[in-house]
Amino acid sequence: MHAPVPAPAAPPKGRLARFLDSDLFYSFRTSPMAILAGTVAALMTLAALLAGLLAPQNAFDPAALNLMDGYTKPLEQGLGSQGLFVLGADAQGRDILSAILFGSRLSLVVGVASVAFSLVLGVGLGLLAGYVGGRIEALIMRIADIQLSFPAILIALLVFGVARGLIPPHRHEEMAVVVLIIAIGLSNWAQYARTVRASTLVEKNKDYVQAARLLGISPLPVMLKHLLPNVAGPVLVIATINLALAIIEEATLSYLGVGVPATQPSLGTLIRFGQQYLFSGEWWILLFPALALVLLALSINLLGDWLRDALNPKLR
Amino acid sequence: MSNAPFVEVKDLRRVFDVSKPWLNRVLEGGEKQYLKAVDGISFDIARGETFALVGESGSGKSTVARMVVGLLPPSGGGVTIDGVSMADAAQAAARQRLRRRIQMIFQDPYASLNPRWRVDRIVAEPIRAFDLIKGEREIANRVGELLSLVGLHPDDGKKFPHEFSGGQRQRIAIARALASNAEFIVCDEPTSALDVSVQAQILNLMRDLQDRLGLTYLFISHNLAVVRHMASRIGVMYLGRIVEVSGGRELFQAPKHPYTRMLLDAVPDIGMTGRQRVPVNGEIPNPINPPSGCPFNPRCPFANDRCRTERPPLDEGVACHAVHERRIDVPVAA
Repeated sequence: MHAPVPAPAAPPKGRLARFLDSDLFYSFRTSPMAILAGTVAALMTLAALLAGLLAPQNAFDPAALNLMDGYTKPLEQGLGSQGLFVLGADAQGRDILSAILFGSRLSLVVGVASVAFSLVLGVGLGLLAGYVGGRIEALIMRIADIQLSFPAILIALLVFGVARGLIPPHRHEEMAVVVLIIAIGLSNWAQYARTVRASTLVEKNKDYVQAARLLGISPLPVMLKHLLPNVAGPVLVIATINLALAIIEEATLSYLGVGVPATQPSLGTLIRFGQQYLFSGEWWILLFPALALVLLALSINLLGDWLRDALNPKLR
Repeated sequence: MSNAPFVEVKDLRRVFDVSKPWLNRVLEGGEKQYLKAVDGISFDIARGETFALVGESGSGKSTVARMVVGLLPPSGGGVTIDGVSMADAAQAAARQRLRRRIQMIFQDPYASLNPRWRVDRIVAEPIRAFDLIKGEREIANRVGELLSLVGLHPDDGKKFPHEFSGGQRQRIAIARALASNAEFIVCDEPTSALDVSVQAQILNLMRDLQDRLGLTYLFISHNLAVVRHMASRIGVMYLGRIVEVSGGRELFQAPKHPYTRMLLDAVPDIGMTGRQRVPVNGEIPNPINPPSGCPFNPRCPFANDRCRTERPPLDEGVACHAVHERRIDVPVAA
C-alpha cells in the first residue's frame, strides 16, 4: 500500500521571481506609506552615494570653498564664485546642498556600519548565550542588562572618550569615523543579543536541531547553519529601525562636537554650525541639514515599521 | 559477539533536577527536588527486530529514546549498541563511527525539518556530515534515490518543507534517517502528529523499509493499535519503569500486568462485542513524589500491603506481586 507518487514538482523559480511573488513584496506594493518611505529613503541614499558626481562643490575640501560666497541666500548667486547656491551657503562659503549630500553620505556610512557592527556582536553573543546556556549565558545577559540601564548616547560618549585617550592625537582625524562607528555599535548590541537569545531558546529545543546534534555536528555549525537563519527575522526588523536611531545618534554626537572632524561635516555637525546663525537671520544654514536628517531618519523608520508589521503573521 | 543483542539497555536511569532556583530556595526554603523520569530500565533488541515501548504521557518513553541515541546523558546504567558502549570514554572513536548507524525519527514533522533549508539539503546533511559520498552530482543522485525510496519525487528536493503535508514531511524525515545508511532507527512517536489515514501509510512504509534494508527499530508510542501493527516485542512503561515485556501478539492476547489489562480494555473496538470493560481510573502519579512499593498500586484493583511497600521485580516478563503470587489468574496465549 504505497502512496501514489506525487506529480513532478513545478520548475523552481528564480530568486527575483520568487521575491516579486512573495507576501512581503505584495505587502510593500499595497502599502502607500511603505512605497513613499522606500522611495524617499532610496533617493536620499542614491543621492548621498553619488555625492561626488551630483554636488556642485566638494564640501569636504577646504580649498574648494570661497570665503566671498559666505552667507549667500538660497537661490542666489555667490559673490565670489558666481555659482548658483540652491540652498544657500554657510559662513565659509560652503554650499549647503553639497554639504548635505556629503554629510548624509557620511551619516549613512556611519549608521550602516555601526548597525552592522552591533548586529554581528549582538547576534553572535545572543546565539552563544541562548545555545550554550549556563554561566556564559548569565554573564552575557547581565552585561547586556547593565548596559541597557544606561542611555545609549552616554555609552557612546564613554567609548568615544576612552578611544580618544588611547589613540595618538595626530591620528584623531583619520580614526574619528571608525571610533564613531565602534562607539555607536557598542552602545546598541544588547537589544539584538536579547532578541536573538530569546528566539534561540525556542529554536534550540526543536527537533531539527536535535537531528543535527545526532549527526555529531559541533555547536558552531549548528548555530550558524541551523539556528541563525531561523532567528534572523526579528533581528532584521530591529536593525532597520535602529539604522534610523544610529543616524540620529551620530548626529547627536556630532552636534555635541565629539563626532566627525569639522572639515568633514556630517548632518549633525552642520546643524551644530547652523544653530549659531539661527537668530542672526541665516536660517538656511540650520534648516536644510535638519530637514534632511528628519527626512532620512523618518523614511527609514517608517520602512522599519512597515517591515515589522509585514513580518508579523498576526497582523496580516 | 554474534550472540549478543544488537542493542542492549541495562538499568538505564535518568534523574532531572526540578528544584527552584538557588535564590528562591534560600529565601523561601525548600529542598532540592528531583524527578526520576527513567528509573532502572533494561531491555534488549535483536537485529532486524522492532521493539516498542508503550505508556501514557509522562511515563518516560521519550527520555529513554533520547538516551538510547545519545542526545541525553543517562544518570545511571548504560546503552550498548553492537558492542560499543554509549558512555565509555575509551570507546569514543568507535562511538563516532557508530553514530552513522543510529538515526532518529521525531514526533513532530513540523519541527524536525529546518524550515529555512530546502529538502535536498536536509536529506543530504547526514551524507555530508559523515562524508559518505564525494562530489555534488553524486550526492544529488543519492538524495533523489532516497526521496524515491520513501515515495516522493526526486524533484521534490528543490522545495522547502512548508510546501509538504505532515505525512510527506515524515517521509522526508525517514529519507534523512536512511541517508547515512543507518541500521538502527529510534522512532519517537513517528505517527502521533499525523492523520489516521496518513499514519497507516507511514507505518507501512516503515515496515516495508525494514524488510528491504534489514532495519532495527526502537518504536516509542502511546498508541496500542499502532504498536500492534509494528512491534515484534513490546515493553509497557509506567512511571519510568517497565512493568511488562512480552511478544507483540502475546501482549494483546494474554496481558498479565493489571496496568496492561487496563490499557487494553480502553482500546475501542469497532466490533461492538459488548464485553465488560473496566474503565481506566486515576491518572499517572506525580513522578517527583512517586508512590512507595509498586508504582501502580494507587490505581490497581489488586493491590495489597506488600504492593504498597515492596517494589516488584521484573520477573517472567512482568513486574507485579499479584501475578507472581498467582493472586490473579494469568491468561494463556492461544
